[in-house]
Amino acid sequence: MIDKIVQSMADAMAGIRDGATVLIGGFGAVGQPDSLIEGLIEQGAKDLVCVANNAGSGETGLALLMKLGRVRKIICSFPRSAGSTVFEELYRAGRLELEIVPQGTLAERMRAAGAGIPAFYTPTSVGTILAHGKDTREFDGRTYVLEQALRGDVALVEGWEADRWGNLTYRESGRNFNPVMAMAADLTIAQVQHLRELGELVPDHIHTPGIFVQRVIRVDRGAPWA
Amino acid sequence: MQGFNRIQMAARVAQDIPEGWFVNLGIGIPTMVADHVPAEREVILHSENGILGMGPAPAADQVDPWLINAGKQPVTLRSGGSFFHHADSFAMIRGGHIDLCVLGAFEVAENGDIANWATSENDSAPAVGGAMDLAAGAKRLWVVMEHTTKDGRPKLVSRCAYPLTAPGAVSRVYTNLAVLDVVPEKGFVVRDLAPGVTLEQLQAVTGAALSSN
Repeated sequence: MIDKIVQSMADAMAGIRDGATVLIGGFGAVGQPDSLIEGLIEQGAKDLVCVANNAGSGETGLALLMKLGRVRKIICSFPRSAGSTVFEELYRAGRLELEIVPQGTLAERMRAAGAGIPAFYTPTSVGTILAHGKDTREFDGRTYVLEQALRGDVALVEGWEADRWGNLTYRESGRNFNPVMAMAADLTIAQVQHLRELGELVPDHIHTPGIFVQRVIRVDRGAPWA
Repeated sequence: MQGFNRIQMAARVAQDIPEGWFVNLGIGIPTMVADHVPAEREVILHSENGILGMGPAPAADQVDPWLINAGKQPVTLRSGGSFFHHADSFAMIRGGHIDLCVLGAFEVAENGDIANWATSENDSAPAVGGAMDLAAGAKRLWVVMEHTTKDGRPKLVSRCAYPLTAPGAVSRVYTNLAVLDVVPEKGFVVRDLAPGVTLEQLQAVTGAALSSN
């Protein structure tokens, strides 16, 4: 019987290696797998490359992972925010490598990785400093820049519901990067607030088919912010 | 010359958006544009984090913490609204499905170049978000911004000094002093002047040659 549901956070985090590329879902606090990040902090893997839209805020979650010196590099589209002091200090001190990627390019690089597409052309960033050093090509008289797929060793995603086959649903704007990251990693770990019996999730309403998911853990997370 | 205030600028933009357009509004003055679209005119707002049919801010006791906009502020969802993931959201943006994007800017050049994400090549912490995708992908890009900086320097220029968000992307600029089209081969063409503003006064605070309709 297939059962991707794990009972302990230690089981959820087992096998994550030093130096892993970790994709972390969420846009702001919404859809961010806070409990899994805590689990990763507990598990101890270091020298990580983290991929996320933002670079943490306050002193918990991704910011804490960075503050503890566990992150070598962050790949994101918008690291600065009202509370991103941990990121800014580490970055200014040269203790954190940063790769800025336009948000749509970030999403598409991971989608491509999950879809078996090694590289693709996009108009985004053509003629700007973010395209420096990258190959370009013209199609139908317009210039595009070549971007490469971005795979993760691990994806930490937040869903709303899951079943034992790893099928996931998401809630409202908590969806965001999660489905794309779920596709793009060798090991996708999902935290959800509701476990459903197999067959209870309406097939037409499954947002991420379980083929992309390896482990599921239920957490009582409540609302993503006050 | 003071011209329009921020609310009036936002309202002026809203006036020009017809029913049925899919519109993405950037952070700042652009967000206010939504408040001035007449209630009976159905304009569908897109939010880069995966929402179509975004509605206005909720009442304080009706906040849904799962429903935020690109600025991380709580919003509502209009009837007919939908949710989707980031790759689909940016497919809408990059694939030319968004009729209009309204953004703020540091500078707009007379050839339509826009600089709105970084003020130097070595920013202490650069951040780009969805701005480059929006500028490159939307069918139309309008900018709403003050005509000059706080210390009186022009923001409409012949060439941008700041790092570009995208080349040649802007087709119209709404400022506190005027509404200007950006026309290939011609540059800034004045559509409207704010009350009390003359073309000569406008030219004096603009860093590129102006023509008028």
